[in-house]
Amino acid sequence: MSDVYYKTLNQVTNVLLFVEGIKDAAYGELAEIRLEDGSSVTGQVLDSRNGLAIVQSFAETRGIDVNRTRVRFLGTTAKLSVSTDMLGRVFNGMGLPRDNGPKIYSEESMDITGSAINPDAREEPSEFIETGISSIDGMNSLVRGQKLPIFSGSGLPHNRIAAQIARQAKLLDNSEGFAVVFGGIGINSEEANFFKKEFEETGALDKSIMFLNLASEPSMERIILPRLALTAAEYLAYTEQMHVLVILTDMTNYCEALREVSAARNEVPGRRGYPGYMYTDLSSIYERAGKIQGRKGSITQLPILTMPGDDITHPIPDLTGYITEGQVVLSRELHRKGVYPNVDVLLSLSRLMNQGIGKGRTREDHRGVADQLYAAYAKGKELRSLTEIVGEEALSAGDRKFLAFADRFENGFVNQGFYEDRGIEQTLSLGWELFADLDKREMKRVKEEQISKYGRWKSA
Amino acid sequence: MAGVIYRVSGPVVTVQGLQDPKMYDVVRVGDQGLIGEIIKLDKDMAIVQVYEDTNGLRPGEKVENTGAPLSVELGPGLIGSIYDGIQRPLDKIRATSGDFIAKGVSADPLDRKKKWNFKPTVENGAEVKGGDIIGEVEETSLIKHRVLVPPTVSGKISGLAAGSYTIEDTIAKVGDDEIRLSQKWPVRVARPVVDKMMLDAPLITGQRVIDTFFPVAKGGTAAVPGPFGSGKTIIQHQLAKWSDADVIVYCGAGERGNEMTEVLTTFPELKDPKTGKPLMDRTVLIANTSNMPVAAREASIYTSITIAEYYRDMGYSVALMADSTSRWAEALREISGRLEEMPGEEGYPAYLGRKIAEFYERAGKVHTLGGTVGSVTAIGAVSPPGGDTSEPVSQNTLRVTRVFWALDASLANSRHFPSINWLNSYSLYVDDLSKWYADNVGKEWHALYQEAMKTLQKEAEINEVVQLVGYDALPEADKLTLDTAKMIREDYLQQSAFDEVDTYTTLRKQHLMLNAIMELAEEGGKALKKGVTAEQLSSLGVKDKIARMKYAKEGEIDAYSKEVDREIAAIGGMEAAQAK
Repeated sequence: MSDVYYKTLNQVTNVLLFVEGIKDAAYGELAEIRLEDGSSVTGQVLDSRNGLAIVQSFAETRGIDVNRTRVRFLGTTAKLSVSTDMLGRVFNGMGLPRDNGPKIYSEESMDITGSAINPDAREEPSEFIETGISSIDGMNSLVRGQKLPIFSGSGLPHNRIAAQIARQAKLLDNSEGFAVVFGGIGINSEEANFFKKEFEETGALDKSIMFLNLASEPSMERIILPRLALTAAEYLAYTEQMHVLVILTDMTNYCEALREVSAARNEVPGRRGYPGYMYTDLSSIYERAGKIQGRKGSITQLPILTMPGDDITHPIPDLTGYITEGQVVLSRELHRKGVYPNVDVLLSLSRLMNQGIGKGRTREDHRGVADQLYAAYAKGKELRSLTEIVGEEALSAGDRKFLAFADRFENGFVNQGFYEDRGIEQTLSLGWELFADLDKREMKRVKEEQISKYGRWKSA
Repeated sequence: MAGVIYRVSGPVVTVQGLQDPKMYDVVRVGDQGLIGEIIKLDKDMAIVQVYEDTNGLRPGEKVENTGAPLSVELGPGLIGSIYDGIQRPLDKIRATSGDFIAKGVSADPLDRKKKWNFKPTVENGAEVKGGDIIGEVEETSLIKHRVLVPPTVSGKISGLAAGSYTIEDTIAKVGDDEIRLSQKWPVRVARPVVDKMMLDAPLITGQRVIDTFFPVAKGGTAAVPGPFGSGKTIIQHQLAKWSDADVIVYCGAGERGNEMTEVLTTFPELKDPKTGKPLMDRTVLIANTSNMPVAAREASIYTSITIAEYYRDMGYSVALMADSTSRWAEALREISGRLEEMPGEEGYPAYLGRKIAEFYERAGKVHTLGGTVGSVTAIGAVSPPGGDTSEPVSQNTLRVTRVFWALDASLANSRHFPSINWLNSYSLYVDDLSKWYADNVGKEWHALYQEAMKTLQKEAEINEVVQLVGYDALPEADKLTLDTAKMIREDYLQQSAFDEVDTYTTLRKQHLMLNAIMELAEEGGKALKKGVTAEQLSSLGVKDKIARMKYAKEGEIDAYSKEVDREIAAIGGMEAAQAK
């Protein structure tokens, strides 16, 4: 660390400071910006050349002047002190306590950008996590080490669903170390309080670390926060051997911050003004989920994002979907109908489902039941829009059964209580019950031996 | 004399005072020796793109020029390896630097110590020229690695060795040049060939929708654009597993880490359908996942195709899967942005189209310099934002590739996999390959496939009518067409990658399956004329049999098919009893 304060500030923009006379500031190095009144803010080197360093301030540049503000380079890139003492604590977007507790001192400090897991060292995620939610367990199963985002919209109950998953997930099996790392990115204090209360009620608070950046706090912290959360999660997973569930909400706020900062840096914008490197940047967050061979812990990510205008092709959900291993999409239509959780199973997907289900893991008919439910529901929904034009009378008898199936599927299978915890056996049985009202001949996705074993048809 | 860093801005580093810098020379940057490549020269400054994370790099640190362009090491041991975008072996890196990829690590792409049993196939004193095969070693159970004279070398061969050698040992001399089991080649330069040939044989993939409707020729090019969740990666995996190429090069450019792990865990367990040997024995993996450095992602595509060309030059048919070329294009865009180049469409550099065309042009079936015939088939996944293929990467790709497998989100949402849309997709190889299909599958194949395609197109038309008048108002013949189209879609085009039997279908079985469906349609059509209703036909038991035909094993298919044929033939007799 250097004790030299540079007073050679020559230009200040919205968030950038141009410091002259610097020979060798490291790219990504942290800097302390000390204002005339003695207060200081942190910044980071964005561009370093012989004679000039461009420093990005993490806070607003209000009060910074060219003549009296001094800059000191800290000789290190951003790091986080990590320890199990962090469990049960709440931190801000700079990793400092926001719960009036003591600062974390630890021998271990980790670079917050992390390093990519060597693909050769990864272990294929294959352990089923029972969330107790039928639409997820039955049709979009989550496995340990997966990253499965919730694509939501403004006003939809994504926080409740995330809380329910965190509460019920059998990842939180007491036999093995578990922890929840919560990253609240640009959320409002009510949302923050909701999660705090939820964790308190279920006793998960002692097993969780919360990082909060509220809507009123600096945007730059939103960019750092998920990295802090994941650094803490990596420590718990790979050093302390715990199974960690990371909830990040709301990734849309993260991307907005990224766009804001990119614009301030005068970068060439990509789609809709978001920076061209947003895919790479998001992947440096999402790809930090996973399992490593020979290590016991795992990181499962449950990022939440609200799709602007419910548009799944918007760059934020779009780029996220290309990186994550599936997505759980929430439906406004189901929400209006009063269905909770309002998961749109047709748009949802879990790419790692097959590794986690089937004989010896869940049940041998799991894949078939899921596929059959999808197919039958898709058909029912298609017919539903057809009947709007031609009327129900125009449908064949077989088709009418599918139409009824779609309604019962939404109300009896997808719909469940906030405190209702359905086992996987129960979820699959529900599926077979629904099938019983369709023609057996239509069961093309399930195997015949499974039909005779689990089928609920009254007679031949 | 080493140069020094003048400026660091993300992966782009400006270096001052570098000795004798040439465009595309590889340099080692900073005290950690990060690997980079010169992409621009400006007076005494060299602009370098660095293939690793540059956090912590400072102006003033030294930079050394290796004086050579980015190259791959080609030789026995490539097969079965997993490399990053600049051919660093990930398994060896893991052994030295741990589970996370550390900066500045390097490792030899090929094992320096391993001995290979070299058998010469020419005699001392023979005149050889670049590309000639002078011997072979057994690389894996599936691949005989043919040792090639480097393309730039020719002359009289002498000192030919035989027996056990490492890749660094000299095994012969050609003129004054020493020949080893390995050679280097710069990745951005296509390996030379005599000429490119017409394509006349399909890459058989065992995927019904591809082999039947939209085949790709060996040496051809194909694009697979689709939104996320439409099954691009599964299609690429299926092709890597089952296509009948000799060698597979699988390039995961900017994709998911867990997917590469899936390949790594499943391929060694899977068996090649022809030989019963592990699929890994013919596969080279390049994995530069999305969170690995973006500049190395840009290079990964070239590393992959250079390796593919090398095996082509031995006379093999090679299939290259690139997943995803959009991520590669984004890497180009990111670096171009850092260089402050004038952006073209959507921020992509103006040379995007040329780069994409150059890449696909390296595919082809060729007469090799060594006098054999080899091919590289290039299949690129494209990930258009929002699934909208009007964007620059898709459009530039479609201009140069000759097969278009259009993945469709709505098919994927109803779990119709592979979600290749039969109305939007095309293959320009159909005519070139029709002779091959007639000779190898059956003369009636072409007519059969056309009839099936026509039925599917008719279905789309009829469905529009249904929207207006309802199903009941349709004439019986149209109802039958809908039924037949449904069978083609559900019982033929849909194919489960996860079912042991269904995952791969031989052409023979494809023929029998499609034949059964179309035969049923024909017999059904005749029955309609005698007054049988479409509903009666629709409830025939033989339809279920046909639906389950995909699960019939190869050994049982003949008997199964005969039984189906018998039941179809019986339709002709049913009219008297059933018609009103």
